[in-house]
Formats: sequence, C-alpha cells, structure tokens
Amino acid sequence: MEPQEKLERFERSVIPYMDAAYNLARWLARNDQDAQDIVQEAYLRAFRFFDGFRGGDNRAWLLRIVRNTFYTFLQRNRKEEAIATLDEELPVAESDSKRPDTLLLREADSELLRDAIEALSPEFREILVMRELEGLSYKEISSVAEVPLGTVMSRLARARQQLREMLAEGFGERGAAKRTARIRGV
Amino acid sequence: MRSAIEGARLHYDMPERTRKLVRSSVRRAGRRPLFFRWDWRYLWIPLAATAVIILSILPFLGHWGAQDRLSQEIVDAHVRSLMPGHLTDVVSSDQHTVKPWFNGRLDFSPSVSDYASRGFPLSGGRMDYIGDRPVAVLVYQRRKHFINLFSWPSAGASTSAERTTVHNGFNVVHWIQNGMSYWAVSDVNQNDLQEFIGLLRGATH
Repeated sequence: MEPQEKLERFERSVIPYMDAAYNLARWLARNDQDAQDIVQEAYLRAFRFFDGFRGGDNRAWLLRIVRNTFYTFLQRNRKEEAIATLDEELPVAESDSKRPDTLLLREADSELLRDAIEALSPEFREILVMRELEGLSYKEISSVAEVPLGTVMSRLARARQQLREMLAEGFGERGAAKRTARIRGV
Repeated sequence: MRSAIEGARLHYDMPERTRKLVRSSVRRAGRRPLFFRWDWRYLWIPLAATAVIILSILPFLGHWGAQDRLSQEIVDAHVRSLMPGHLTDVVSSDQHTVKPWFNGRLDFSPSVSDYASRGFPLSGGRMDYIGDRPVAVLVYQRRKHFINLFSWPSAGASTSAERTTVHNGFNVVHWIQNGMSYWAVSDVNQNDLQEFIGLLRGATH
C-alpha cells in the first residue's frame, strides 16, 4: 500500500475507534498519563500492522492491540501488579446483604462504583468495561481478549459478583483494603 | 447492572490533548517512509540525475539489490531493538509462553526453542515489520550480547544456503529452511553465532 493511501485508509477505518481505545486503556491503566502512552503506542503498532490486517472487525482488532499494549506495559513497568494471581478458582463468600442489585447500585455513587471496578483484577475489569461500557458482544470480547466464549461469560459473571460484594459490604475505608487484597489474591 | 453502570457515566472521554497527540503521531509515522527522512520538495534533483543511471543498470540489480535492502532493514531493526525498552514485547525464557504469544498476531507460527543449557537462553520475543510484512523476532542472549532472530514464511524459495555478511559491525546470517526465511543478527563473534545457528537448524529439522 502506498504510504499516503495507507494513511488515508487507516484514518478512515481505525482512527474513529480512538474513544473506545482510550476508554479501555484508561480503565486498564487506572490513570490518565499511562492511558495516553498506551493509546499512542497501540495506534503506532496498529498503523505498522495495518498492511497485514485482512479486514473484518476493525474495532476488535484495534482493542486487541490496545489490550496487548497494556499488558506489555504492565510487564515492563508494574511487575508486581502483573504477577498478582487471577483468583478465578477461589470460591466466592456468601454476601451478608440481602439487598437487590438495583438498590445497591442506585445508592452507590459514581465514585464508589469507579473505585470498585478499579479494584477488580485487569482480566475481570477489561471484560466488564468492554461489555458494560463499550457494548461489545461476547464474541467480540472473546476475540479481543483472546479467550474462549465460556471464559468471557464466566469472568463477566465473576466480575459482577465481586462488584456486588464490594458494594454490599460497603466499599468504604474500612473494607477497601481488605476487599482489594482478597480480590487481587495477594 | 447494565443501566446502572451506564447511568453512573463511567465512560472516560478522551482528553483533547491525547486525541491530538495520537493523530499527529500516526500522521508522522505515515509521512515518514520506514527508514528515510526526506524533504520531498528537493527530491527531483537527485532523482533526475540518477534516473538514467539506475534505469540502465536496473536489469542487473534484481535479486542482489533486494537482498541488500533487506539486510539493511534487518540491521536497522536490530539496532533499534537494542535501545531501551524496544527489545521484547513478551518477556519470557519459556518457549511455551513465547510461541503462543504470536497467535493472533501473525499469520504463521514461529518455532521457538530455548537453548539455555547450551549458553543461549531465550529472552523473549516481539513483533517487527520487515520487507512490507509483520515478522516474528525471537531474542536470545549470549553472555551480555543479544541475538535477534527474525523469521517469516519465505515468498520465494523454500531452501537456501547460509549467507553471512557483516553490516555496521554486526554479523548477519541469512538462510531459508523448510519454507521459512531466517535472519540472525548479533554483535557476538562469528563462532558463537555459528554455534547458535547450528543449534537452531538442528532443532527445526
């Protein structure tokens, strides 16, 4: 592809998904500056690999690159966080609260919900963000995260469960450290 | 839960400065063809002057010209990789971690082996872009030196003899085996590099 044509095609088909890319990067990195670095790096990679892109779902292809860029970044810059185990196998304790979800969520303000989502491990958080904030289908998420459909659904269920737990038991100062520690498996 | 999460407005808007930065970054990458930095306005002068010469010897350049261009691309990529933070995308000495990492990133699956017991431990891998296509790069270490092993499916022959050259002080070895084109670049001495290649060629038979 000619450089000019490549740039034009890239700007038409990949640039429009920058908002979705940033949102995912921001939720994964949990801060603005790192999210910016990750999106910039991801877009440069996407541009480099654009010739080899055989077409299909542009958004999923881009988000996969964003996600991979984040995990590479994690390995390089935040080794402790990268090593923390994903407690998919740990049983979930019964929540004491009998209050229904909708009530819990209505009471929780954005700040609380934001903190709770950030407390999830990246593998759970990214699925939740892609599903609830970006509206990707299970199939698209499976393609982006490179895991089977079943894993997507079970992680989503776990993520929602953990979120529910955190909100029900009061994700306040007292509970926060304990919550985060248990969920991170640290 | 969906409507509540949406209602809480948790979607992060992209800051304007980030949007501008990414767009200009991509445009810069688009304008700068791979390895040159040219001021296009003055290009016509040298082009006109050399056009006749090039056209007359073009039929003879053929294969060798392409090989030299490729060698230079490979060496440039090698040098760039030695800059901090540019060596590996996946850091692992475990071939069972590195090999699957390439799935979904490449249209082929490179064979990955570890030779730590022979003094050439695997450091990891990365993607690179050579000769207009994405390629796999495996990074090995020999004491304090790095060896970059580039590989991709060969577009032409399925076998070729080894060709050793020296570029900018780096030892470069190229061969085609079982339909895969290999390039090994390093500043380790020729003996060590040959030993490494011997291990590689033995493993991929």
